[in-house]
Amino acid sequence: MSTVAGKPEILDPVFTLKNVSVSYGKYVAVTDVNLEIPSHDITAFIGPSGCGKSTLIRTLNRTNDLIPGASVAGTVLYHDADLYDSKASPVEIRRRIGMVFQKPNPFPKSIYENVAFGPKVNGRPKKSELDAIVENSLRGAALWDEVKDRLGSSALGLSGGQQQRLCIARSLAVEPDVILMDEPCSALDPIATLRIEELMMELKKNYTIVIVTHNMQQAARVSSYTAFFVTDVNPLSDLRTGKLIEYDATTKIFNNPSDPRTEDYVTGKMG
Amino acid sequence: MAQSISLKSRISPRRLFVDGSFRFFLYLSVFISLGMIYWIVSSLWNDAGWLLSWDLITKYPSYDIDNAGFQSPLVGSIWVVGTATLVALPTGLFTALYLEQFAGKGNKVTRLIELNIQNLAGVPAVVFGLIGLAFVVRGFIAWGFTVGSAAAVIAMLMLPVIIIVSREAIRAVPPSYKEGALALGATPWQAVWRLVLPSAIPGTATGSILAVSRAIGESAPLLLLGALSFVTFNPTGLDSPFTIMPLTIFKYASDSREEFQVLASAGSLILMAVLFVLNLIAILLRDFATRKRNV
Repeated sequence: MSTVAGKPEILDPVFTLKNVSVSYGKYVAVTDVNLEIPSHDITAFIGPSGCGKSTLIRTLNRTNDLIPGASVAGTVLYHDADLYDSKASPVEIRRRIGMVFQKPNPFPKSIYENVAFGPKVNGRPKKSELDAIVENSLRGAALWDEVKDRLGSSALGLSGGQQQRLCIARSLAVEPDVILMDEPCSALDPIATLRIEELMMELKKNYTIVIVTHNMQQAARVSSYTAFFVTDVNPLSDLRTGKLIEYDATTKIFNNPSDPRTEDYVTGKMG
Repeated sequence: MAQSISLKSRISPRRLFVDGSFRFFLYLSVFISLGMIYWIVSSLWNDAGWLLSWDLITKYPSYDIDNAGFQSPLVGSIWVVGTATLVALPTGLFTALYLEQFAGKGNKVTRLIELNIQNLAGVPAVVFGLIGLAFVVRGFIAWGFTVGSAAAVIAMLMLPVIIIVSREAIRAVPPSYKEGALALGATPWQAVWRLVLPSAIPGTATGSILAVSRAIGESAPLLLLGALSFVTFNPTGLDSPFTIMPLTIFKYASDSREEFQVLASAGSLILMAVLFVLNLIAILLRDFATRKRNV
């Protein structure tokens, strides 16, 4: 059995991971993860580079399927449905579970078309409906006031922080249940980062958020729960495998962690 | 006390020499390539520029110099290459899309297809002509010496080039576009159709026009497909007999009468004008697609 410290009491989890391991070919990126992610709250994955936290978040909406050779063992439940059931459709899963990437990736289209993209591929909304969706999504991502007068201009002309908020608006437009964020601020300056963090606090009222971050202060500021991962190096083969060390309420992880490795990491002695 | 700084160059003479000769070779290369084009165009122009008139493209090929022109070969070339492009462009583009976006990367079947396409691009044109003669003109398909047969063979010739340039263009589209689209619940096809393909169009267009330009000048395979015949009427459909510009130029040039050799030069000028217009269209198309993409 795993030796994970902490076991937060989570009622009605959105995700339940049981003995999850993710491999790329023969290489095991992260192994034996057991954890439950609460709804309408923010859960952070932290840990040093190569600990498998990005890999793990990408398994939560089957984005890892796109990498040849990637495979998932164990069970990943979304509410009570198995994400890796052979009948589960990755397209439907990704509609419900959106993702914001490390580098802002607006499409080479107008601001309006970026936000309208999701609703358009998921149906044929009327123009008036679409206008409302675009406005609400941009408002939801705290971008409306900055772009309302230039919805028709290229999204590539926005600043990095605006682009990332546009990407968040874009995922809000398909009305997901969950938003996964893979280091959403690592390409942004501190002011843009702060705005995204404020936005996340606002969004958690309506959405479940999972965030991978390298920035421990960020995890401490925004999340309610934190999972700490480390990299295990196999001394024989020199292969690195990520492992979940501790998962608990964020205040506990940062103030009174159970595992000495967590303490070393959050106090800056390691990583 | 102020520090004294010398800003005199301390670059060694050897480095200066290498730097200078590098520049010299760059200029030389540009001069050679531009010079060759200038030389070809100007000598053709000196030979036959005075002959250019609408008569050249309203008259049909003839043994009588006063009535000889290029209408049927010009129309024939447009028919053959136009039809071939209509077939080869979508086929090539979709093959490239399949290979880049949907085929299992690195599996044996995909690698076999890739190897074959690379090899096809290197097959001499005349071999395609022989295959066309055996299997399209005669053999099972038996379309005879027609526009259709010629277009089929030219399409085969263009296909590997179009596939290769389209793949390059598709590969240059950032994978983050597709990733972002899929994360919004788009199907792989929607992601490709709405994002990958539009971003790949400028590159594909440029490469494909090069393939079309080459096809217009192609003569070897069509030699075997009946294009050397003396056709004094325009093709009216895929089942018409035809002739093409390069072979008509060749025929006029091999006539012993000097007037016909001048006529051949005039034909070359027409062919070059067609190529110029095609390239212009390609550039405009690419600019239009790029501008539309960036709004």
